[in-house]
This record gives sequence, structure tokens and C-alpha cells, in this order.
Amino acid sequence: MFELVIFYLFAALTVMAATAVVTLRNPVFAVLALILAFFSAAVIWMLLEAEFLAIVLVVVYVGAVMVLFLYVVMMLDINLAVLKEGFAHFLPLGALMAVLTVYLMARVLGPDNFGLDRYYPPVSHGPGYSNTRELGLLLYTDYFYAFEIAAVILLVAMVAAITLTLRRRKDRKFQRPEEQVAVRRDDFVRVVKMSSEES
Amino acid sequence: MRELLHPWLGFLPPLAEELIYILIGIVILVAPLMLCVAYLTYAERKIIGYMQVRIGPNRVGPRGWLQPIADALKLMFKEIVLPSASNRFLFLIAPMLVLGPALAAWAVIPFDAGVVLADVNAGLLYVLAMSSLGVYGILLAGWSSNSKYALLGALRSGAQVISYELGMGFALVGVLVAAGSMNLGEIVMAQAGNGFIGWYWLPLLPLFLIYFISGVAETNRAPFDLAEGESEIVAGFHVEYSGMAFALFFLGEYANMILVSAMASLMFMGGWLSPVEGLVPEALLSVPVLGWLLGSGIHWLILKIAFFLFFFLWFRATFPRYRYDQVMRLGWKVFIPLTLVWLVVVAGMVLAKLPPWFD
Repeated sequence: MFELVIFYLFAALTVMAATAVVTLRNPVFAVLALILAFFSAAVIWMLLEAEFLAIVLVVVYVGAVMVLFLYVVMMLDINLAVLKEGFAHFLPLGALMAVLTVYLMARVLGPDNFGLDRYYPPVSHGPGYSNTRELGLLLYTDYFYAFEIAAVILLVAMVAAITLTLRRRKDRKFQRPEEQVAVRRDDFVRVVKMSSEES
Repeated sequence: MRELLHPWLGFLPPLAEELIYILIGIVILVAPLMLCVAYLTYAERKIIGYMQVRIGPNRVGPRGWLQPIADALKLMFKEIVLPSASNRFLFLIAPMLVLGPALAAWAVIPFDAGVVLADVNAGLLYVLAMSSLGVYGILLAGWSSNSKYALLGALRSGAQVISYELGMGFALVGVLVAAGSMNLGEIVMAQAGNGFIGWYWLPLLPLFLIYFISGVAETNRAPFDLAEGESEIVAGFHVEYSGMAFALFFLGEYANMILVSAMASLMFMGGWLSPVEGLVPEALLSVPVLGWLLGSGIHWLILKIAFFLFFFLWFRATFPRYRYDQVMRLGWKVFIPLTLVWLVVVAGMVLAKLPPWFD
């Protein structure tokens, strides 16, 4: 009963927030709606007893990725009038693509492949069951190679992104903290002893 | 508690009754926490005062004990000024987004064996998730204020919190490897048996230091208070806030300080365990008053939290503010490699079943 209320509440919230992401005008609000969608999706995962995935979704996507999104969007100076230019011109093509996408998603995600007769509700485990331990055991035994290959692919993508944007600028100024720390008084100050002058 | 209240609340539908129990639990947790926050501000002003050879607040009430109450009343009755052309909705919701996660994280903090609001398996991850949510309040406050100083403060804070979260997360992974559990109560119990030698501060010393320093950075406290940086960007992200809206930022910051201190005591300093637990003979623990004092209990946890909070205040009185590029350098180039190396060392120690911690 209690879980049902929570499920419908957050399922409705997820759908509403996901709709708001694409309909809101202000990009900052769109990012915030996306955060809300992630958050309520995490709550639904929690109801499925996937507490590790739910919290990792919040830590990684809400806590880090979306902060960077917001970071970038906040600094953009967006002129909405320019964005809306040519709306009528692109409408037929856009509508066609939207209908096609919805149709494809309905075919793939529809009841043929993901119906309730194919996906039973997960078996409920006792409170002592640790989702994290089970996931870790599976990842590092049965799916070890797939897991490691995925990690290496991510690493390659990261290195590629850094090398693509790296420019070795000559006119850049920067400090070397280890040199700054190693500075001694004698390098810069010379104390001169003088006898006081007779007047 | 349930048995005590059931005769009075039994007429309600079970759902409403359950909700009332949850609410009562939250109030029992949050009310003392708010009191602690109020008197932490008093302690801060007094301690820093004495460190700077001043007396600190001493006018309101005996020895200034009512000063936090007076401050709270003042902030409550002040007008909340809304800057022109600010985004009113986000401007008012941002302080709540700072305070909300700071309080929500307390749900999984155990105060004694079994004394915890929500005894969840993934407690450690939950605290990490909640502490990473606090940055939204700061970012949105800076953006919605429609002020360049506020935006600069928010940008500084966003980058800083994200950078230090990585070091903090790796330090938590070290604790997780050592204890073999993410439940905070089990992490404390894994340190039991050998008194203060058996706590994780010794085998996990680098992680302990990195966790605490990252915690200082994550709460935007001195010497990492670049988000405020009053000498450069006036007061950073909360420059446009006044009255109770400002007070919420303040409450959130101090609640986070207590949270970081509580987490450090739970994960590295044995939580509610007594430092002589397992070292003194059992007979001593059955002596009436002395036995209670030396035995494990919530008083040890409070003492440890107070100890760490004192460090927060001490840092503020002692260190000048970091330069921004050095904050980033410390986080990315020092802390993260160090935690990665020490993770391997911890895994080795656990595999070797190194006594007295991991046997």
C-alpha cells in the first residue's frame, strides 16, 4: 500500500519532469527538471531493492554530471528569440523525426519485449540482503572481462577528449608551487649591517 | 516508542500512523541538531575570540549564553530582500536546497548500537549522495541572485565541491574495503575490540587526513572558503541574501560541519566505542559511574564530534585562505593519487589479515 503510493507518486513525477526537460524555455529550468527526473527514477529503483544503483545514480549523475551541465548552462547567454527563429520552417521535418522516434521506441520498449509476462517483479529479499555485495560479486567474476573492457573504453574516451582539446599555449603564465615553497629568505633579502652614522 | 504511542494513535489508518512515527523520529533527531548548530556558532565566536585574545560575545545572558537565541530572533524578523531581476522562485528555493540534504544525511548516522533513524545497508553511499546534493543550493543561489559576485562565488564553489568529492569518495572506498560493509553501524562495530588502537585512524591514516581536509573543503569552510572570499568577491554566493534566507545557508553550513565531524568519528575514530574498550578489565566497567563513563556510549561519540568541530574552528582562526589554483592542485594532484595508492595498501592489509585491525 505504502509502496504503491510512493511508486505512483514518483512515476508521475518522473514522467512530468522528463516532459518538462524538453518543453521548458529556460535551459536552467530544463537542467533542473532533468535532475528531478533522475532523482525520482532513483527512488523507483530503490523500490525495486536496487539500492546500490539508485544511490550511485544520485551520486554520479545528480551529484557530478548534472552539476557540470548546470555549470555550463548557467554561464551561457542564450537569446531565446534567435533560438525560436525558423520554427515553422523546420516543423514538418521535426515532426516526422519525432513520430519516427516514438514509433521505434514503442516497438522496442513495447509490451512485446518488455511486457509484464516477460519481466516479473523482482523477488523480494530480506533486510539482510546486500545488493552491493551481489553486484560486486557478479561484476568481478562472471562479467569481469566485459567490465574491464568497458572501463578501458571509458579511459580511452577520456584521454581522447583531453588530447583533442589540449593546446600547448606559449603565452600561458603559471606558478610552480614547489618552487614557491622552496624559496629561502637569503635568495631575495640581503641584510646589510651598518654602524649608525655620527651626526 | 511505538508501543508507547500506539494506544493513542491506534485509531488512525496504518499509513498515517506510520507517517507520524517517522515524523516524530525526524523531530527527535533534528531539534537537538538545530540546537547544536546554534551553540556551535556561539562556540565558534568564543573560541576564535580567545585565540585572538578577545573575549567574544558576553552581553546577552550570563557569559553571553543567550547570544545564539538573540541572533536567531534577529534573523527571523529581518526582511528578506529580493534583488531586482532575480529569479524569485530559484532565489527562495536555493537556501532550502542547501539545508535539506544537510539534514537528510543525518538519517543514517548511528548514535549508539542500534540507535539510528534508518538502518540501511548502503548508509555510506547515502551520505555521499546527500552531501553531493548540497552544491545545487549554492550554484542556484549564485545564478538566481543576478549578481556578478554571487555568480563568481557559485562557480568557485561548484568546481571546488566536485573536485573534493572525488578524494572524499575514494577515502570512503578505503573505509568500505577495510570494514567490508557500507552500513555505518557495522563499520563502527568492525573497529571494536582493541580500544583506540583498533580504530581505523591508524591503518587508514592518509585516508583519514584526506577525508577530514576534503570535508573542510566540501563545507566551504576556512581555509577553503573561496566561495565566500569576502576580501575578493564580497560574500560570494550569498551576498544578496538577508534575513531567514541567509540563516538557512548558515544552518546548512554548520549542520554539514557537524555531519563531517560525525562521519570522521564514525569511520575512523570508532564512533560510540570507548577508547579503553577491550583494554580495561571487565570488572571495572561494572563500577556504577566510572563504568558508564569508560564504557562505550553516545557520550564518546559526542566527545569525538566536538573534538573534530574544534579543529574546524581552529583552522579558521589559524590558516589564511588558499589561492584558487592551489586548492585545485591539492585536490586533483595530491589527494586523488594518494588515496588511489593507499587503497591498494588497504586492500593488501585486508588480504594479509593484518592484526589487530583486520584479523
